[in-house]
Amino acid sequence: MTSPLRGLLGTDPVVATAGVGLFADALRDQAVAVSEADWQPPMEGTETDLARVMGDPRRVEANATAVARMTASTATLVDVVPAGEALGLEKGSFLHAGPPLTWDRASGPMQGALIGAVLFEGLADTAEEAERQLASGVYEFEPCHHRDAVGPMAGVVSPSMWMYELRDEVHDNTSWCSLNEGLGKVLRYGAYNEEVITRLHWMTDVLGPLLRQAVRSVGSIDITAIIAQMLQMGDEGHNRNRAGSLMLLRELLPGLVTAEGSSSDIAEAVRFSGANEHFFLNLGMPAAKLATLAAHGIPGSTIVTTMARNGTDFGIRVSGTGDEWFTGPALTPEGLFLGDFGPEDANPDIGDSAITETGGIGGFAMAAAPAIVKFVGGDVPFALEATQRMYEITEAEHPVYQVPILEFRGTPTGIDVTKVARTGILPQINTGMAGAVAGTGQVGAGLVTPPAECFPAALASLARAVD
Amino acid sequence: MTTDQPTVVELRRGAYHDSVSLMQVSRAVAGTEGITSAQVAMATELNVEVLTGMGFAVPDGAAANDLVVALRGDSDEAIQAGLAAVEVELAALRAGSRGGGGMGEAPPPRTVGSAARAADATLALISVPGQHAVTETYDAIAAGLSVMLFSDNVSVEDEIRLKDAARGADVIVMGPDCGTALVRGVALGFANVVREGSVGLVAASGTGAQQVMCLLDAAGVGVSHCIGVGGRDLKSAVGGRSTRQALAALADDPQTTSVIVVSKPPDDTVLAEIRSYADDLGLDVHWAILGEGRPDLTAAVESALGSLGASVPTWPVHVAEPDPEGLTRGAGLRGLFCGGTLADEAMIVAAELLSEPIRSNIAHDAALHVGGHERVAGHLVVDFGDDEMTQGRAHPMIDPSLRMERIAAEAADASCGVLLLDLVLGHGAHPVPALELADAIRDARVTAHESGRALPVVVSLTGTDDDPQGYARTAEVLAGAGASIFLSNAAAARHAVAQLEGNAS
Repeated sequence: MTSPLRGLLGTDPVVATAGVGLFADALRDQAVAVSEADWQPPMEGTETDLARVMGDPRRVEANATAVARMTASTATLVDVVPAGEALGLEKGSFLHAGPPLTWDRASGPMQGALIGAVLFEGLADTAEEAERQLASGVYEFEPCHHRDAVGPMAGVVSPSMWMYELRDEVHDNTSWCSLNEGLGKVLRYGAYNEEVITRLHWMTDVLGPLLRQAVRSVGSIDITAIIAQMLQMGDEGHNRNRAGSLMLLRELLPGLVTAEGSSSDIAEAVRFSGANEHFFLNLGMPAAKLATLAAHGIPGSTIVTTMARNGTDFGIRVSGTGDEWFTGPALTPEGLFLGDFGPEDANPDIGDSAITETGGIGGFAMAAAPAIVKFVGGDVPFALEATQRMYEITEAEHPVYQVPILEFRGTPTGIDVTKVARTGILPQINTGMAGAVAGTGQVGAGLVTPPAECFPAALASLARAVD
Repeated sequence: MTTDQPTVVELRRGAYHDSVSLMQVSRAVAGTEGITSAQVAMATELNVEVLTGMGFAVPDGAAANDLVVALRGDSDEAIQAGLAAVEVELAALRAGSRGGGGMGEAPPPRTVGSAARAADATLALISVPGQHAVTETYDAIAAGLSVMLFSDNVSVEDEIRLKDAARGADVIVMGPDCGTALVRGVALGFANVVREGSVGLVAASGTGAQQVMCLLDAAGVGVSHCIGVGGRDLKSAVGGRSTRQALAALADDPQTTSVIVVSKPPDDTVLAEIRSYADDLGLDVHWAILGEGRPDLTAAVESALGSLGASVPTWPVHVAEPDPEGLTRGAGLRGLFCGGTLADEAMIVAAELLSEPIRSNIAHDAALHVGGHERVAGHLVVDFGDDEMTQGRAHPMIDPSLRMERIAAEAADASCGVLLLDLVLGHGAHPVPALELADAIRDARVTAHESGRALPVVVSLTGTDDDPQGYARTAEVLAGAGASIFLSNAAAARHAVAQLEGNAS
């Protein structure tokens, strides 16, 4: 029989302290092992909700279940399909990044991307006409997340665009993401000139069908395995995807080069994919989406399952509060700028790509990617510290995604709303920056956090759900 | 008027430090040459009041999570030097709580759960402000830790929920408002250095447990563990939840052969249930339970010593020289306590000897209740450690300034006939409390004597010679200031009553 109180009276105490430093000192004076928390008051006004949620008898097990499901999820690339077919998206319907949004509140790049998508679908002949139609409310748009899909930056998806289809066989979930257009003037950054629309047509007519053949001929591709490897090769899976892109191309090449099609089309598809350092991002994102989807909808769980931005609002969703969004104004990232662009050119934070951080990579795996720390405005110790700080707000360490320089410690995974509110530490997101004016494209890359108010709002909703 | 001097008041948003650390900062900064007044504190309601009282204008909108730096000096140079000293002291606080910088050094844990996981801790000691304590305690319970919960201002509903959650996880919540615990010789919070032995304590009272521990030590009897349970554990709402767990754990502990349960006045039904629970465990339990008509703690310890086969020693006493003849004597007993149980016991003991009632901020009879800051003409006992007195500031065993001010005020009051004070030594308490208290006693007596009044001062001194402050050394300093000193708090209270006009024995 084990002794009561987990053997408290039979072992020399090792004491964790929070509060008055004098008591920790008094213990050290007695040569007792002490682990002292650098405790700070929680976010303003959260103490009552915190006490209620922390006392929710479902919480501990619900969170354990959530992260167990999150880290046990698989992500396999199984097909490439048009959005209309995959998502049942009708002509005249569009998906976008982030929480729900109306046209009048949409930022420059979001409006630009929607205009581009309308032009691409042939619903309007000019940008002005597209804009009029969009403003008049004739089109439906809703978040990608509402269809279990994700889209980088503006994340605009229209029925004719092709999507990667990923499966989590363990939890029987499917997720989708659009094909990456490369860098520069691209729809996802709100550009919609002829070059952009022409490329989108080529992607629909040539690239999508070739990738479909390639995926179907090589069978399925294990995306979680690529993520695990890329973290050990200097990528963090959000702002650096070089190793992941090469590994993905390596998997696809045998299928691509043997696909039915003109050799010039195949050559262009290979060149296009190989030239894109973020080729893999559009696979890493739906893989993270599958992980967080598996953790979603567990009553009592305080684990964040969505972080997404639409260029105006930043929204989070939490496992235990279902499909309710908790939003605040999106912040503008801080970082480095391309060419002559400066902070005044940057749009507020945009894109579903923060799903990578929600799933335990991206900014949370910053320590794995020392090569880009300058690009996102820091030095190497900063990167190490950033990842380590995230352990303070997460529930688990990922069993498969590991950071070599932290002695292969698992990445911090499963953001806990209560820990964010208690510590005031906000999730660290690595991101690209879109130009504020529609059509500008990418202006830089940097670091950003959610607006703090998302978390007390989510906490209040969790508190209301406690019996 | 000092307010003509250069003054600076700065507000620093969101820069939190605990009240004890800030007190140390304030003291260090006040020692800067040319600084005449310094207060570095969180802008709690109480601290804003204190700052206003010191003549500082605190900016509107200051909230409890904001740090106020308020300095007054005899020159602008002194203010600058003072501000620099503030920076140095605050930086030292930050350095003390960090693991250090450099490549790969982890940032410090920020929650008790994180601190526990970093060190495989077995026990948590939580002393954050009360409104945040529930959250940290749930976190510790979820991490599988028993909790010593020093924080007060925790609601009884939360206490019950926490204790139920703890029992479900097979851990115990010692508290809330638990000042004292001893686990395998490790003192948590306020605890005395006593000899190791076989008597286990279960204490719904912090200073009560310290008194019992020190009496046992003086009688040559040692302690195995002291499990605090919080002052309300034996009230009907809480129903002895932690006491049961503590008794079961001590029953299982091979080192413990008998147990003393120490409590403030409990609920009779709960006490009866606990007695029968202890019988079922087959434990040799002795009871040191405060209350009218019950033996005081000293008598309870004496009775326990008898059944443990130990002899009752002569408890340490020093009786001061009487005040000179011809002085007038006030009629009121003024008991100014830092220890809640000691205050309670003194009140109960004195009430049996006095014909007039005793008013108190911890009175059991609502009709006799007065606020802790209220002054009365008759008998009065104040517990400076009561929740109402500690909101936004440290416990008086750490920060005795409120009581010090009150000692001076009572000394100047013609109705004050005797001062009864407690001083508790041990880990966690002020490292050299005697000098400051002796000065206050000496000043009080001078004040009284100068206005033609006698003012006997009686100190209930709880401690052992092995305490960092030392019982004998402390007693000597206090005796030098003209105070009578008693290890037995009950004896101190009786002696104090005997000093009053008409009660002299």
